[in-house]
Parts: sequence; structure tokens; C-alpha cells
Amino acid sequence: MPGLIDEGQVRHIAKLARLKLSDDEVRLFAGQLGDILDHFKQLETVNTTGVEPLAHPLPVTNVLREDEPGEPFAPDRALQNAPQREGSFFKVPPVLDQGSGA
Amino acid sequence: MRVNGLEVEPVIGLEVHVQLATRTKLWCGCPLEFGAEPNSRVCPVCLGLPGALPVLNRQAVEHAVRTAVALNCQVAGFTKWDRKSYFYPDLPKNYQISQYDLPLASGGVFEFPIDHRFARVRLIRAHLEEDAGKNVHDFPGFTGVDLNRTGTPLLEIVTEPDLHSAEECREFAVQLQRLVHYLGVSQANMQMGHIRFEPNINVIIHADGREHRTPIVEVKNLNSFRSLHGAVAYEINRQVEAWQADGVTAASGNKSNRGWDDEREVTVPQREKEEAHDYRYFPDPDLVPLTIDAAWVAELKEHTPELPICRTERFISEYKVPAKDAPALVDDRATADLLDHAAEAGGDKATLAKHFLSFWARRANERGQTVAGLGVPAGHLAELATLQASRKINATAAAQVADALLGRRDAAGATTPSPAKLAKELGLLQSRDEDQIAGWVNEVLTKNEKAVQDAISNPKKLQASRGFLVGQVMKLSGGQADPKIVGELIGKRLGEIAGGR
Repeated sequence: MPGLIDEGQVRHIAKLARLKLSDDEVRLFAGQLGDILDHFKQLETVNTTGVEPLAHPLPVTNVLREDEPGEPFAPDRALQNAPQREGSFFKVPPVLDQGSGA
Repeated sequence: MRVNGLEVEPVIGLEVHVQLATRTKLWCGCPLEFGAEPNSRVCPVCLGLPGALPVLNRQAVEHAVRTAVALNCQVAGFTKWDRKSYFYPDLPKNYQISQYDLPLASGGVFEFPIDHRFARVRLIRAHLEEDAGKNVHDFPGFTGVDLNRTGTPLLEIVTEPDLHSAEECREFAVQLQRLVHYLGVSQANMQMGHIRFEPNINVIIHADGREHRTPIVEVKNLNSFRSLHGAVAYEINRQVEAWQADGVTAASGNKSNRGWDDEREVTVPQREKEEAHDYRYFPDPDLVPLTIDAAWVAELKEHTPELPICRTERFISEYKVPAKDAPALVDDRATADLLDHAAEAGGDKATLAKHFLSFWARRANERGQTVAGLGVPAGHLAELATLQASRKINATAAAQVADALLGRRDAAGATTPSPAKLAKELGLLQSRDEDQIAGWVNEVLTKNEKAVQDAISNPKKLQASRGFLVGQVMKLSGGQADPKIVGELIGKRLGEIAGGR
């Protein structure tokens, strides 16, 4: 049976995830990811007519906190796992544009 | 409008990010502080460390709902959180928590005055999301990342493409900034980047009996009214010229992003992030949904102030304020509230407004304050206005009483004598005793025979001479004479002199 995921899709997802995969790995993961999706395909056999989509598995809503400041990390603590730092900045390879635009 | 000899209709929608005025971040208790040392306002949650769990800030939700209500949006009873995935150094989790298919608010409309009409802009949605950190490019050969800003609460507001010129875009932005500042939901400080705009622009060109639509351009990350106006105006022209040159029209897949170059005042193409739009949104399992019931909305609505546009219109009609001066009274909410309180305390409205716009505004400016910040109680403001409106003191004396009031307060602390007491103490109460004023008038007329003769015999000099005589009487009375009575008595005496009596 042809896989649910082809090698092109694996390369695309790997690129989005900033992963560098060898051709062997692409073939391997295409098979594995296909198997996983195939397993979940069983869900398609469930009749969901009239069933509300589930936003969250927990039957809980409105977990809120008050707007009270806590104690942040000192910069040294925040940076302690950083591969490279410059003063109090994380140091990363040069980024060309103006930010993620979040 | 016409551009390059063509009849064109610009079509513009805006995405606006408003930073909400909370003390802490959206998902953690890290304090929000502009200009703090890099990476000194971070914790496992906003650093995206494994195992850290976000918890929603109630204040951010309430600010968002208040804004949505003021914008006539439908607040969702049930809303949830989604992960928007992309990789960027300023986004340490590798996804932004946002809202995808069930935003906090949808629909809505914002109306604002422009060119003697009301522009009406429909809103598509408003949702909460977190800001990213900052990439700092001042270093040679690498980028510095400061994550203090990550997790800052933003309200993203998206309009329908209902704007049709650069001027409309700017005015929308100005009025929206005023609104969120008024509501207290944002500090709305443009210099600090609290409001950012991203217009989507294209142009319908009417030519050859047909409509041609230029490809849509999104201009990213504009953080001033000037750059918003400049970018939209530039794009309208650029798109018309581009169509004239290449005839390319809007088609699926040819939308592009551009940036604004503030120095050269042009938009420039942005390198497209490859496959950037494959965000793979999915519900965030770390966050449970949020329900907002009618009671909560009603409670927040109750504390919503009168909106600035409505208040401006009311001040113009109620306080008889010229339209151009009204914003100066409305823009600071505490000052506008104080004006209303002083009017409720019985102060004459038109006089109060004049005082607020003249000497109170001057003194406030000198102290780097708002009028409300001067701390004069509403009752005193009202009494001072009433003293003048009932002609017990004149306008100059009112300003002197105001200064005395501030002076005493500065010297002695909170309690000061009332304006009426001060006016009396300073001898500023106007005399309306006609016998006393008649005495002053007679003295002045005797001493100024030439002016009296001019007034009687030379119609060309009548105005000026009478004005001079009134001034002399006011001076002689030390400002105490009621100028209206002085004018009447001088007119009467001049008539008598002219009649040979």
C-alpha cells in the first residue's frame, strides 16, 4: 500500500522544522510517519455526526491568574544554557530581516 | 481619486497590534518594563523551556473584552488558544500562542469623523496573542536576542478593506489610538511601539470600461501615524504606475510583503520567508479554553467610559467649545472627567471650558502636568467659573485667583481658601455699586478732556476714545469696576455732555 506521506512532504516538514535529513532518513521517516497516520486513520471510522468538535481534552475552562508580578530570572540564569552570549544578549547567527513579525 | 490620469479607488484593510497595559506578561508573571537590561524579565515560560506551563493573565482578557465592546464587536462566549508555528530566534518556543478559528471577538464597526462626515470601518475580528522578543542587529557578524518582550500581551484587530485613502488610514489610526488610551487598555505610546500597523493595499483602476485590481501588498510593521500615511500614499501611486507598466492584476499567489523605508519614504520589497505561511496552527494543549459569559461582559461594560468621539461631540454642544479646541479638553480622560465634575458641582459650563483651555492649561503646561494633575478640586473650579459668569470678577481676575489658589496650595499643602474668599482677599471682587462707579467715571472724564471731545465731536474717533476712557476707569478702580456698568455710565455721561449739560 502506498504511504500516506510521500518523501516530498517529509522534506517540506523537515525544512519547516529546520532539520537536515539524509535521503535514507527521508525514506525512513516517510514510512514511519505514514504508519503513524495510518494508525490514527482508525478514528475516521467513528461516526461523529452531531458531535461538537473538541477544543481541549480536559473538561476545564478559565484558568486565570491575577496580574501580579513574579520574580524573573537574572540574566545570568536566563543565559546559562545559551551556546553563545554577548553581554546579556543571546548570540545567534546573523538574522537578515526585521523580526518574526509576531 | 485620480492617479496618473486614471480614475482609481484604493482598497485598504488594516491589521493593528495594540500592546495591552498589564503589569505582567500574557502567560507568566514576568514584569513588563521598557528598556530593562536584556533578558532580565524572563522566566521558564517566556524562554520556552521544556515543561513550563503558561497561565492566562486575567487583566489582559479584561482589557481585550473592553476594547472589543467599545468597537461594537461580538464577544465570543467560548474562545481558545492555538499554536502558530514558525522558527525564528526572537520566538523561543518556535510557536506563537495566538487564536485561530475561535477568536475572542468578531464583527464590529468603528466610526470616526473625517472631512465633515463619518467614516465607517467594519472589523473582522480581534484576538489576543503574545508578542515576540527583539532581534538586535547592532553587532558585527551576529544578531543579539533579547527576550524581555516575549509574551507581552497584544490585541490584534483586523479590519475589512473599508479604508480608501492614506488620510482615512491615518485618521482611523489616530482615533483608535485615542480610544484604547481612553479605555485605559493600552498606554498607547507610539514611541514605545505600543501600536503597530500593517496595511493591506490594492487599487481598483477604472480603464477601458473595466475594473482592474492591482496585486495586494501588505506593508509590515509601521509604528507611527506618519509612516502609515506615507506607506499607503506611496503604495497607491506605485501600484498604479506598476499596472500601467506591466498590466499585472491581482491573482491568487501574487500577494507580496513590503517594508517601509523611513529615510527614503518608499516601500521596498521584503525577502519572502520561504514557506512562511505554512503555520500549522493547532490547538495549544497547554491552555484550556476560555468562556466569557454575558455577566462578565456586562460588568466590564459598566466601567467603560464615554468614548472620546462621543465626548468630543458632547463638549462642543454642551460647553460651547469650538470644534478645534474640543480635543484638548477630551484627550486626557482625567481632565475631561474633572470638567464634567466641575459642571456637576454647579460651575457655568462655557466659563469652565474657557478656564480649562486658558489659564488652567497654561499652568498645567508649565508644570508638565495635565489640568487634572494640578489637583484643584472640582468644587473650587466650579466656584471660580461661577464668580466670573455672574460678573463678580472679570476674566483677568479669575486668572489671578487661579494663581493665588495654586500658590497657596503649594505653600500650605492640601487645603486652600475658596476662590470667593481669595477674590475678596485680593480685592478683585467687582464693584457693581453704580454710585461708586459713577464717581470713578466722573473723575476720569474730568481728567481726559481731549478724549471726551474726540468722542463727542469726531465719529471716527468715537470707538477708540470710548475704549480708552473705559480702560482708564478700570485702571482707576484697580480692576474692580464691572466693565459693563462702566461702559453704560460712560455712554450716558457722554450723551449728557454732548447735550450741553
